[in-house]
Amino acid sequence: MTHAVLKTVNLVKVYSGGAVPVHAVRGVDLVVEPGEFIAVMGPSGSGKSTLVHMLGGLDARTSGEIWVDGKRADTLSESAWALLRRKKIGFVFQFFNLVANMTVTDNVELPALLGGASPRVARERREHLLGALNLTDRADASPAQLSGGEQQRVALARALANEPSVLLADEPTGNLDSRNTRDVLRLLSKVHKDGQTIIMVTHDARVAGLADRVICLLDGEIVDDGRIARRRTGTAGAVIDLR
Amino acid sequence: MRLHLLALLAKEPAHGYELKQALEQTFGSAYPSPNIGQIYVTLGRLEKDGLIRAVDVEQSNRPNKKVYYLTAKGRDVLTLWVDEPTEGPRVRDEFFMKLVLAPLTGIADRMALINRQRRHYLSLMGDLNALLDETEPDDRVATLLIEGAMLHLQADLEWLERCQEDLA
Repeated sequence: MTHAVLKTVNLVKVYSGGAVPVHAVRGVDLVVEPGEFIAVMGPSGSGKSTLVHMLGGLDARTSGEIWVDGKRADTLSESAWALLRRKKIGFVFQFFNLVANMTVTDNVELPALLGGASPRVARERREHLLGALNLTDRADASPAQLSGGEQQRVALARALANEPSVLLADEPTGNLDSRNTRDVLRLLSKVHKDGQTIIMVTHDARVAGLADRVICLLDGEIVDDGRIARRRTGTAGAVIDLR
Repeated sequence: MRLHLLALLAKEPAHGYELKQALEQTFGSAYPSPNIGQIYVTLGRLEKDGLIRAVDVEQSNRPNKKVYYLTAKGRDVLTLWVDEPTEGPRVRDEFFMKLVLAPLTGIADRMALINRQRRHYLSLMGDLNALLDETEPDDRVATLLIEGAMLHLQADLEWLERCQEDLA
């Protein structure tokens, strides 16, 4: 049996900064197998983003356990988390968070270099990823010169530069028009087919339709966790009912 | 399909098989391939109602072929169809009836119904994604049809979420 890429045990997050403590995540048990593409859905405020941020160590858990690639991660210090992230976790956000005064090339190579890859390996991966994303001719541009869709593709390339065990995404198409969404969908679909494990928070049903498993949160709890069937009828008429 | 055929015949007279081909070429991969039998049945009814008329064309060593022409009455019906606003989808949703009524029967609870329905919608969305992938981007009609179906599904999913927040 393969080991889980990611596992949580009774994971809890309480924000206690305000007048009343907010129970954002209430006891989530989750096992993610290698190669799974999971869509995390649910209404605003249901704890989706908090959950995914905790999985990547960007938000500290209140109680419970997080295991990444078979190693306990929730007890790590902030700097140890940062090291773990560089090696194992790729992140994509709604806003692309590219480094504004660096070129596309440097944005994509930086995490690989920080993760300990040699300059040659970092360059090869960057060339491969930008090629796959049709961004080769934008390599010397700065983020401000790119469209939103291009910036998000660069952000994806950066997230994948370290060949992470898991790609975490928080509304990656939330700020894109439909054409750019389509480009990002194509890419997610492709890396998933190549075996990339993906956990993605999304409101966009088109994006969620690519996943093979859906987790639905309500008030910080998982209310549904199941596989999305692939019917693949092959005939358009069975999909679109034109009266 | 009555009015679709009238519209095609407004462009030029045609026989049954040509109409089938015209539908396929216009709507591309997104259109359920029309059944030739259904086309002939519909043409028969349109002829009976006086909206089209059939002219027999002799063919050497094959049975006569019927070519259909739009009549003045047919053109009036077609004009009316084009000019009047089209009803949008109504919320007379079979799933919603289940959602409201099923818990009364004790057969299923609402949370389970909503969760099952969500997975079903997402599976349909997966099919549409695959269909869009296989469709040539310059096939505008097919692409728009698929995108329309996706937007409806997106709305269904958002409504499901509202139902889950308020009812389950």
